[in-house]
Amino acid sequence: MKERLDRQTIALRVAKEFEDGAVVNLGGGIPALAANYVPEGRTVTFHAENGALGFGGVPAAKEDEKPYYLGANGIPFMPLPGASFFHHADSFAMIRGGHIDVTVLGALQVSEKGDLANWTFPERGLGNIGGAMDLAAGCNKVIVAMEHVTPKGQVKILRQCSYPLTAALCVKLIVTDIAVIQVTPDGLVITETAPGWTAGEVQALTEPKLLISPGLKEIEL
Amino acid sequence: MKNKIYKSCSDAVADIPDSASVMIGGFGHAADKPQHLIKALRDQGAKDLTIIGNSSGNAGKLGIGSLGGIPFIDEEVLVENRQVKKAICSVPASLVMSKPSAFEKQYLARRVELEYVPQGTLAERIRAGGAGLGAFFTPTGVGTLIEEGKEKRTIDGREMLMEYALRADYALIRAYAADTMGNLVYRGIMRSFNAIMAMAAKVTIVEVERVVPAGELDPEIIVTPGIFVDRIVACGGGKQ
Repeated sequence: MKERLDRQTIALRVAKEFEDGAVVNLGGGIPALAANYVPEGRTVTFHAENGALGFGGVPAAKEDEKPYYLGANGIPFMPLPGASFFHHADSFAMIRGGHIDVTVLGALQVSEKGDLANWTFPERGLGNIGGAMDLAAGCNKVIVAMEHVTPKGQVKILRQCSYPLTAALCVKLIVTDIAVIQVTPDGLVITETAPGWTAGEVQALTEPKLLISPGLKEIEL
Repeated sequence: MKNKIYKSCSDAVADIPDSASVMIGGFGHAADKPQHLIKALRDQGAKDLTIIGNSSGNAGKLGIGSLGGIPFIDEEVLVENRQVKKAICSVPASLVMSKPSAFEKQYLARRVELEYVPQGTLAERIRAGGAGLGAFFTPTGVGTLIEEGKEKRTIDGREMLMEYALRADYALIRAYAADTMGNLVYRGIMRSFNAIMAMAAKVTIVEVERVVPAGELDPEIIVTPGIFVDRIVACGGGKQ
């Protein structure tokens, strides 16, 4: 078995996409880990859909304050200088209104056109939409962070999603444990591979045809 | 002047009838959920309720952010007690797949109804309801199963769905402090659905950590003006 990037390393690569000054919303799972890897010298403002903007990963100092300072994922945070709190209608006005630069979401499936399926699969019978449909439809740039295939080895990057969609044509970049892939009008372009992986080996685990970027390189960490 | 202060949560929820629609505030953390009012409604026993909120109850599976060391309860206790006929929410299933929520089990057994609403659409439907609007258009949900049966229009070159405003008979919400007029202030992440549901119900009932005389809260920092609030119960910081 070839070595794949672990979850922390995927998050580290994702965080390189955060530009200085960006406002970023992170979904649960691998995306949430990206908060710990903002590149040095860049300042990023994190948005939590439960009504907070401008907080850090450091837990609230006092035990009696913790219940009031929790992100959407339940992780305690500390309001940083310049932070603000707001209600849900304002929080999602930020999301739909194009005020959030980047969202990083997990995915069950992504299509070659950038369709995203991440809230349920048919066997479960129901699922949780949460804020995913608003984030996917509203944020300026949607990045998917995920393992390239399921634990059972099923392919997740497909010509067409078979699971119910979260939003159509929304994903711009896919960062997995073996590759970085851009979604372009011409199709999926592989730009980086994990150490020890070739584009051909990534293609074998990807249903649609991958175009190979002229600048294809090993993932820089 | 009408007295808005109620002695107990059970007094405040006593008149909620069977088949009422009830908005339940918060996002899903202990500090933002009206836990004392939920417990009182459970004990009161009204049946065939339509509950409207972010989730149909997950506390038993998560227990995030317990307040004052008290085990966290949410609307799941109403579902477990078979008081819920229908949920209008964005998070009906457990966040931990191996531990299904009470609602999830009853839904799969076809004992409860569900209307899926994306979280931002839910928030805006509630805000619109409180603001006296009838409906609005949103890009959220286009191309998904959410668009089924909804009017679609292209506005500014983008496809959008029409979503109706939501109102309810009652709203159970939580805030940090109230004055005797019902003006509310919050702390940290408490506003969530609480501050918008306050506007969207015929009767809004708020539990707060403390009540102060009118005039003690600075008018400049009021988040929910008192005209949106009908009943106030002081519950302290997490004690049930």
